Amino acid sequence: MGIFKWKQVFLGITALILLIFFPLAFPKPFPQHVMILVFMFGMMGAAWNIMGGYAGMFSFGQVAFFGIGAYTSSFLLITYQVNPWVGLIIGGLIAALVGAAIGYPCSNLRGHYFAIASIAFGEIVRTLFTNWKLIGAAEGLTLPMLDESVQNFIFHSSKLPYYYIMLVFLLLSLLVCYFVATSKMGYYFRAIKESHDVAKGLGINVVWYRLVAIMISAFLTAMAGTFYAQYILYLDPDSVLVLPISVQIVLISMLGGAGSVLGPVIGAVILMPISEVTRVMLGHKGTGIDMLIYGALITFISVYQPKGVWGLFTGMVKRSK
Amino acid sequence: MKSPLFLEVQRVTKRFGGLSANENIDFAIKEGEIVSIIGPNGAGKTTLFNCITGFYHPNSGKIFFRGEDITRHRADAICKMGIARTFQIVQVISDMTVLENVATAALLRYTRVAHAAEEAEEVLAFTGLIEKKEALGTDLTMADKKRLEVSMALATRPVLLMLDESMAGLTRVELRGMIDLIKKIQRNGLTLVIVEHVMEAVMEISDRVIVLNSGKKIMEGAPQEVVQNKEVIQAYLGEKYSAVSP
Repeated sequence: MGIFKWKQVFLGITALILLIFFPLAFPKPFPQHVMILVFMFGMMGAAWNIMGGYAGMFSFGQVAFFGIGAYTSSFLLITYQVNPWVGLIIGGLIAALVGAAIGYPCSNLRGHYFAIASIAFGEIVRTLFTNWKLIGAAEGLTLPMLDESVQNFIFHSSKLPYYYIMLVFLLLSLLVCYFVATSKMGYYFRAIKESHDVAKGLGINVVWYRLVAIMISAFLTAMAGTFYAQYILYLDPDSVLVLPISVQIVLISMLGGAGSVLGPVIGAVILMPISEVTRVMLGHKGTGIDMLIYGALITFISVYQPKGVWGLFTGMVKRSK
Repeated sequence: MKSPLFLEVQRVTKRFGGLSANENIDFAIKEGEIVSIIGPNGAGKTTLFNCITGFYHPNSGKIFFRGEDITRHRADAICKMGIARTFQIVQVISDMTVLENVATAALLRYTRVAHAAEEAEEVLAFTGLIEKKEALGTDLTMADKKRLEVSMALATRPVLLMLDESMAGLTRVELRGMIDLIKKIQRNGLTLVIVEHVMEAVMEISDRVIVLNSGKKIMEGAPQEVVQNKEVIQAYLGEKYSAVSP
């Protein structure tokens, strides 16, 4: 066990060094853009994992938190000139509160019932934002072109700062996930995932711990939302509040391995480049062939390796011992 | 009204639609006793269990634990107060190891996982599962799952332990082991309430037996008294058992 852990630490540090120097090896914008998306979806996968992988709440409504994060910071910046970093925190808090407010009445929903409710939640937020004049309704919001600086969270000349900021966000999310997984909270989440009855029988306040999982997940997902707004500098309901984003987050986590800290990142590393490259190469033909390839891959993995790539990997390590 | 008794159930009624699963059930438990609840399937034993442990709330009546009214308390709050339970359909966390399962339970009294794991090791040594601590919950035999469930309940540090059919479906050797474990738990100062069908065990370990039939309490007394009661024989035990019992 000890050796396995040191190997993991070594692999982690190696991966980190490679990621830090990646932009030097690939200075063109497209590979950097793909990596930014890998990090961003890895982060959102990690956030989903806290809810879905550990606490057993299969949320298909993560896009609502993403959108709330993006809209909150952008609206505050445009209307009140609030610094985006402050907006990022406020957006995270609002997403957490909304998550708790929606999660509370859903406290007894499990499995596919929770999944259905979460889809409805995402769609309600999208419909609401599409008709909400104050925040631009269907036209969306265009962010002001401030001077390029870390303080302003905006960069025009290069994608590099975005790359490193997102890498830090991802590491932060993984740290949170690791902390959750190894703490009392993580054990309680897993008990709740198994069965509400068994959790209650162990003295666990199921409603409260589920809300905590939702709030952590919502906060991190909203952070990614603010990042996306600052990166693309334009947002509308069709770009930040659509169901496919939620589905993508779930797929990434499931593919990589839900319920393990690194699973969602591995999922993002595999799926995002495939998704982006097939979209760029084949998407413009309008045949949807990119989605076909994507779908076939997911079917294949869910049939042959339901524990995800991480499960495949740990299985191999176990067998080799 | 406060009750000086350890556990007191006062006229508890629980209805599901038109069906009364429990009707005006009254009894009291003294500290340190082992009390068994017996009765045919559908008599309302598990419902009563669920009412006491906060999984259901009775339609009327009251439940007092150490003088405090717990009738409307949530299940997790009742567990914190010191009433732990197992389930008729055995419930363990399947993708956790035995040690992790018990540590999760021990976290009720600890904040740090490492401390809870130490406590869990002690509990497992007590219940005799320590050699299987690395096995996954899902990989255990039924007998070990039941033992694990008891270990988890014990790790929440209860004063009252409620076991719902922890001996059903065990082999003779396994049954012997469970009976010995229950006696050992009592010697450690716990009070036990047990729902059980295995009369051999009921006779051996119970200080008192409560008999339910169709949601009502029909008899309460020492095990020997109960098995000779006509009504109990008719409702539950059958003539054969009364003939062989002393």
